[in-house]
Amino acid sequence: MDTFLSALAIVSRWDVIAALLAGSVGGVIIGAIPGVGPAVAIAILLPATFGMEPIVGLTLLLGIYGSALFGGSIPSILINTPGTPVNALTTYDGFPMTKQGQAPRALGLSFGASFFGGIFAVIALVLLSPVLARVAPMFGSREIFLAAFLGCVLVVVAHRGQSLAAGALLMFGLFLNTIGMEANNYTRRFTFELNFLDQGVNLIVVVLGLFAVSQAFVLLVGKDDMEAAPEIKGNVLGGVLEVFRHKRVAAAGSLSGTIMGIIPGVGEFTSQFLSYSYARATSKNPGLFGKGSPEGLIASETANNSVPPAAMVPLLALGIPGEALTAMMLSVFYVHNVIPGPTLFRDHMDFVMALYICLALLNILALAFLLVATRPLLKVLVIPNRFLGMMILTLSFVGIYSLRNSAIDCMLAAAFGLLGVVLKRLNLPLVPIILGMVLGGIMENKFRTSLPRIRSLYSWIDRPVAMVIFCLICIVLALHLWGLWRDWKGKRDGSVEH
Amino acid sequence: MSDDKAHDLSDLTHPPHHRAEIVFAVASFVVALLLAALWSTETQWIDGQPWSRQPGLWPLIAILGMLVFGTGELIACLIRNLRHGGGDVRAELMLWLRVGEYVLWFMAYVLVTPRLGYLPTTLIFTTLLAFRLGYRRRILWLAPLMGLLIVVAFKSFLAVRIPGGEAYDLLPQGLRNFLVLYL
Repeated sequence: MDTFLSALAIVSRWDVIAALLAGSVGGVIIGAIPGVGPAVAIAILLPATFGMEPIVGLTLLLGIYGSALFGGSIPSILINTPGTPVNALTTYDGFPMTKQGQAPRALGLSFGASFFGGIFAVIALVLLSPVLARVAPMFGSREIFLAAFLGCVLVVVAHRGQSLAAGALLMFGLFLNTIGMEANNYTRRFTFELNFLDQGVNLIVVVLGLFAVSQAFVLLVGKDDMEAAPEIKGNVLGGVLEVFRHKRVAAAGSLSGTIMGIIPGVGEFTSQFLSYSYARATSKNPGLFGKGSPEGLIASETANNSVPPAAMVPLLALGIPGEALTAMMLSVFYVHNVIPGPTLFRDHMDFVMALYICLALLNILALAFLLVATRPLLKVLVIPNRFLGMMILTLSFVGIYSLRNSAIDCMLAAAFGLLGVVLKRLNLPLVPIILGMVLGGIMENKFRTSLPRIRSLYSWIDRPVAMVIFCLICIVLALHLWGLWRDWKGKRDGSVEH
Repeated sequence: MSDDKAHDLSDLTHPPHHRAEIVFAVASFVVALLLAALWSTETQWIDGQPWSRQPGLWPLIAILGMLVFGTGELIACLIRNLRHGGGDVRAELMLWLRVGEYVLWFMAYVLVTPRLGYLPTTLIFTTLLAFRLGYRRRILWLAPLMGLLIVVAFKSFLAVRIPGGEAYDLLPQGLRNFLVLYL
């Protein structure tokens, strides 16, 4: 109870409340603008949050992360263009409903489902906390090394059809992390006699380059093909309440999102895929899926919105980010010398609890904002894409230059921006590079600190948690290989169904 | 954008292939080869230290990984290009080259800011870029306004660390101090 009261005291501070409001409202607006998305916004805001206290900075970033998915459904439903990449599935059923004259119902269903998913995941987090507080201290260096390795394996296998490219990009990220002065022997690694590389390649510069600068470039070389949204006539609230008539689908979607969010490297796409497939398989109207099914919309939105709170589990409990956005948030912890991981739950439970409360409040604020402001919000859809690109480029400069006032950082970010353009144009994933950099650093560090206790190869897995993680790695790899074999066999037999 | 297309969950799990992926696959493989060739000169091998503690171990793991996955990606890409279509490679390369212009715009913005100051450079940059993009009338006026809002939000309110421009030194002391601190 004391912990809860202490957490409430943290949340009731004016700066935390301001971050809550700015994060939830700003996130919804950012999500509603196709072409921006939470990754771009978080990358740009990241350096600005370094001057804030961790709880304030994290609340702001979490607000943008969670609320952007609420807002992202608006253009998905109204103009068939996902506001954020993870809202792509929402277009399948949302836009057909708009064409059938049911836009307010579709928007209400999506907002209600997002809210349901978000709150479900927060409740799951609260319930999991005592377990996490017990399990997290069982993670020593070996276990964290293996968990980070599991994260790497999952990043590769989660990109079905692109595993090889994802693996190469993950390894490139791992390589980027090794550039610079090596901390233990004070030797240079791949600095090419360039002094600025002694400090290594800054993660924030890479993040800003890959996500923000590249998005600005993509928009600038594109066309201004914005589309005005149709007018919304009718009640959105009815759709919100309708979600509770589909409790089974909503709960299954939220559960899928929560589980997939907790597992590093998996994320929204897999959770949506599972949730949507389950909803279609168990529906009384499976033929309606893809043509305006309320269940399809609920399955998609609950699954994606339950991921952000769940993604905080590996970050807070083990210090291992599961995807790019939590990797960015990790730097907020590091800047303030707060190391997320097993000790966080033991020593700063009030901080963890305050984050949970903020996550719940963010969902409430985002829903309330959308219920009153959806109509005026539609105006952001007519911002020309190239103007938006110019805005992102101007904002990216603040993020990069304010780090160290270095023109070289900006040059590096521009180079990563170019790389990001190529990857985006080719539909190749950016996330493995970021996770490679972060997980690579964790793995190298934990590998070294584990060595004094390692007598043989078996010593790596001779403790229960390490053994469990090792078994998980083997299972994931076996399942992936089995899936590949099945795909290959299917193709050979010519019986692959699309 | 508002098209009617058959929806298929495989769009989510298997993004469409583009033929230009071969350019990326070859380039990344060549980079991996170059890094592998440079490994012995760009890292040090410390005598008497076990292999597990050598500073070159983790770069080696990363480069070997890049080579292994890169080779696989290259082969897979060649096979996909033989079997399927998926876009014009030359048109795609031209688009990548067009990005170069905006890289120059961005670098010009970066290099001029310490001389002229954050606010003046941002106003000039946004106006000129908007003009270059073909915007006229209302949007051309909105561009510097957007620049002003960004400067005020980040430098004045969030107090991000962007130093004042050299040109500010030419102004009266009071105004100079204000501009250095807030704009």
